[in-house]
Amino acid sequence: MSITTEEVKTITLTINGQRVSPKIGVTVLEAAQGAGIYIPTLCHHPSLPPYGGCRMCIVEIEGMRGFPTACTTPAEDKMVIKTDTSQLQELRRNILELILTEHPHTCLICDRKEQCKPYHICIQKVAVTTGCIMCPKNGRCELQKVVDYVGLKEVSLPYTYRELPILRDSPFFDRDYNLCILCGRCVRVCQEVRGAGAIAFTYRGSKALVGTAFDYTLQDAGCQFCGACVDTCPTGALVERSIKWEGKPEYIVTTTCPYCGVGCQLNLEVKKGRIISSVPALDGIPNRGQACVKGRFGITEFVHHPQRLTTPLIKQDGRFVEASWGEALNLVAEKLQRYKGEQFALISSAKITNEENYLAQKFTRAVMGTNNVDHCARLCHAPSIAALEQAFGSAAMTNPITEIGDTACAFVIGSNTTSGHPVIALEVKRAISKGARLIVANPREIKMCQWADVWLQHLPGSDVALLMGMMRVIMDEGLADLAFIEGHCENFDAFRESLKDFDLDFVEKVTSVHKANIEKAARLYATQKPATIIYAAGITQHVHGTDNVFAIANLAMLTGNIGKPSSGVNPLGGQNNLQGACDMGVLPNVYTGYQDFDNLDVQKKFEAAWGTKLSSVPGLTLPEMLDAVYKGDIKSIYLIGENPVLSEADASHVEEILKKLEFLVAQDIFLSESAQLAHVVLPAASFTEKDGTFTNTERRVQRIRKAIEPIGNSKPDWWIICEIAKRMGASGFDFGHPSEIMQEITRLDPHYSGITYQRLEKVGLQWPCPDEENPGTPVLHAGTFVRGKGRFTPLGYKLPAELPDKDYPLILTTGRSLYHYHTGTITRKVLGLNALEPEGVVEINPADARQLNIDDGDLVKVISRRGQVTTRAKVTNACLPAVVYMNFHFAESSANILTNPALDPVSKIPGFKVCAVRIEKE
Amino acid sequence: MFITKLVEIFNEYKGEKGAVIPILQKVQDKLGYLSQEVISEIAKFSRMSETEVFGVASFYAQFRFTRCGDHVIRVCLGTACHVSGGERILDEVTRELGVSPGETTEDYKFSLERVACLGCCALAPVMVVDKTVYTKMKLPKVRGVLQTYGENK
Ligand code: SF4
Ligand code: SF4
Ligand code: SF4
Ligand code: FES
Ligand code: FES
Repeated sequence: MSITTEEVKTITLTINGQRVSPKIGVTVLEAAQGAGIYIPTLCHHPSLPPYGGCRMCIVEIEGMRGFPTACTTPAEDKMVIKTDTSQLQELRRNILELILTEHPHTCLICDRKEQCKPYHICIQKVAVTTGCIMCPKNGRCELQKVVDYVGLKEVSLPYTYRELPILRDSPFFDRDYNLCILCGRCVRVCQEVRGAGAIAFTYRGSKALVGTAFDYTLQDAGCQFCGACVDTCPTGALVERSIKWEGKPEYIVTTTCPYCGVGCQLNLEVKKGRIISSVPALDGIPNRGQACVKGRFGITEFVHHPQRLTTPLIKQDGRFVEASWGEALNLVAEKLQRYKGEQFALISSAKITNEENYLAQKFTRAVMGTNNVDHCARLCHAPSIAALEQAFGSAAMTNPITEIGDTACAFVIGSNTTSGHPVIALEVKRAISKGARLIVANPREIKMCQWADVWLQHLPGSDVALLMGMMRVIMDEGLADLAFIEGHCENFDAFRESLKDFDLDFVEKVTSVHKANIEKAARLYATQKPATIIYAAGITQHVHGTDNVFAIANLAMLTGNIGKPSSGVNPLGGQNNLQGACDMGVLPNVYTGYQDFDNLDVQKKFEAAWGTKLSSVPGLTLPEMLDAVYKGDIKSIYLIGENPVLSEADASHVEEILKKLEFLVAQDIFLSESAQLAHVVLPAASFTEKDGTFTNTERRVQRIRKAIEPIGNSKPDWWIICEIAKRMGASGFDFGHPSEIMQEITRLDPHYSGITYQRLEKVGLQWPCPDEENPGTPVLHAGTFVRGKGRFTPLGYKLPAELPDKDYPLILTTGRSLYHYHTGTITRKVLGLNALEPEGVVEINPADARQLNIDDGDLVKVISRRGQVTTRAKVTNACLPAVVYMNFHFAESSANILTNPALDPVSKIPGFKVCAVRIEKE
Repeated sequence: MFITKLVEIFNEYKGEKGAVIPILQKVQDKLGYLSQEVISEIAKFSRMSETEVFGVASFYAQFRFTRCGDHVIRVCLGTACHVSGGERILDEVTRELGVSPGETTEDYKFSLERVACLGCCALAPVMVVDKTVYTKMKLPKVRGVLQTYGENK
């Protein structure tokens, strides 16, 4: 266990005659707030380091000269503080008066403001921005609060209206700098917390403003549209457009973001049965008040999208006909009866809850009598499971997200973290601002390269060679942690033998990375401790994905960077509940909790729990299932929340396959490309319309909470699965609420034993959590590895399955964008997200572009051995010559039509990241 | 090429932290002003965003973001000049050149600026071209002054 329960020391001081005892290390402001004493503030924000710019929070402290600012002054034992003397109030009024010479203030100081209503006639009210009553921030504005508190009644200095146009270049929020008080919060959050630096103070004196370089649009200035500036702005200068005139919400429900494995805690604001906004929870773990554009602005529109499925559909003569739930469920139950056993497969989703995934695999195994159950983790996570289980005994992020910021060295490989997992990138940024070193390995120039000490631009598919090269340097230079290896690891000698094949000349040749850079990276990683490795699909989506992960595990063990705070091996799950779907056993070879299905004791345990005999025939993985459909062995598929037509390698082939099925049930919130091929479509409720849990990429089990009623006639996935099971005569599916399903899970999965909904109320728990007293396990493998000893794996160099040749001379690699999620079924329904990135492009190096006579923006055909897509070319230096790059979210130019379905022999993941293509001008 | 000049300057500052302001100064000396491309390169080199670099540069009055003309004309509108007809002089220059104060003519021959007091109020109204001071200006003189520069270049 890594948590050392520090003794919390307190101090005692007096504020306005009241004795308060805060924790040591807080500021005077925090001490006062903790005791419920209000001190007016304008530039302070809990997400930001103390600034001391506005001087509104001045106080008197006995024995100190002048008027120190409470937000920057550390609280000390025995201090005697006054916060509300008449002198302080007078000073504050003077400061405020200055601020208000540039902020419309007639309403702010109006003596009849209590009685004012939006349409009262009043000579004070002129245009919109001159009066509070018509300001979108009315009632939530901090300036109003401060003016009230200090009792300002008159502004004697002349008022200047800045006459600035309202900037509407963000799809999500408006900027009206006529209302800006130059507190600097937005600038600081954008630069210091987000690392974006899209906005800054420009010019000075009376011309000082917040803006972008050369008045660029926000997008051109590098804005990520995270909304952090909007959430920190005290005034109406920055306001989310969709809620501009909504006013305050009726109630707020805290939930977990459904867009990625970070699992940010979001507050859903609800009014009149609609979600009007989703704002990151200030004290939420792991995101601490931050989110990204998808969680902040991408939720309300998809939840309330007119294309949501609202009623069951049954296909008759090639067309969908609306049906009642009774009709649809009876039909599904009756049909599925006929396909019991190996003719059936269930494809579940890493987007639905743990409870639902648990039921999905229980249904497949207990009711349908087969182990053919899988989900698309296959497409990004399976190599991590295979390799990390073997190397360490547990396949998950070893360390918490919130610890990354305290690391001394971050090694980010195969992850475009600022796009794929933006909030984890903030932790990396936090570490860097505290002096940590950063190594980035990526074939493509990503935003993080800007922060890196070394950027290793290796050829796609050469990861093993690169990592082995680094380890060779570490061994040769005596930087390995031999004591750790001796005490905690096994199979080291065999591994060391295999390093022999990786002399740096060879590594330089196959990776195309300069020797000196490999050495620099190796030294940094081995000497700056603790060091953490962060990786994502860029490592796993290869035909040697499992080897890649083995190499990473070797590297961490070689330097003893595992089992300690802020170190470890950290695979970032792409989908929100990827971890949970795997934990629940939505995998063909394990039951819930990674319990092997071919272990007889385990089988007996589950047979007893589910009250039925279970099949001991090994299940098929997702790609194998599709093959079996093709061959006619599988005749029926139950598809939950998944869109294999877009997400699988070789997409056009998948469509052809699904058409062969005798019976396809699709359960989803939208009619996806795959659902269109179904015989029955069941409308599912979104995550805002049901209770449940997601397990994020750091193993934290977190609640989602029902905020509104299901849209139309949609139903939660768990309810639908239970109804089908019950109609098929199965027992064990009588659940009234997801918490009851969780109770069953905790009885079967030792990792989850100690988890109850009650314990998740405030903050999620990280498994393993073996009993109700256990606080969860932030750091895995502390002291000893889960499997006993960490196991080194000898590795050799293997070529990618498909190398460029004369006909297909370019290497295509794929990735994800900040603005879209997975196959885009959801995000492309959000106008703003779509506007920021409306179409896919293929990125091509200027050298190649010149040769092919292609200009930026030209329409081109990208052709592989499997198919072709048409898209626009973006000429950029981001990739090396002969390497081209595409995102995979777009149906009309789906990169996965091109990618190679060749599978990793161990984990059966397709090699998405590398395939050979040629490009032709249209 | 401006890139080669930039690289020379960057080489001097390699590995130094917080050297943005001296870099901005050197670059402006060499290139005359800070264009969008230049700011973008400086941002890359100093690992800052373009907006951050622009924010720093625009804080100081010495930095320019547009290419300035071969000759800079400053017309004084300080109190003394104002009273003695500075405004009309400025209007006349504006009409002659077809640009407003703060702008540069299309052929980059002249940039026009207004200033507040040049410190020779006794000789008002005053206008300055590059380093030459023209005192006790009269409307008819404006065209003549401009022509001397127009023909030179
Ligand atoms: S939305 Fe985020 S990135 Fe954009 S300006 Fe605001 S804080 Fe900066
Ligand atoms: S826009 Fe808002 S947060 Fe930014 S400086 Fe102005 S008032 Fe402060
Ligand atoms: S980082 Fe991930 S979890 Fe957080 S708001 Fe963005 S998509 Fe949601
Ligand atoms: S809140 Fe303390 S100085 Fe602004
Ligand atoms: S007012 Fe023009 S020189 Fe002083």
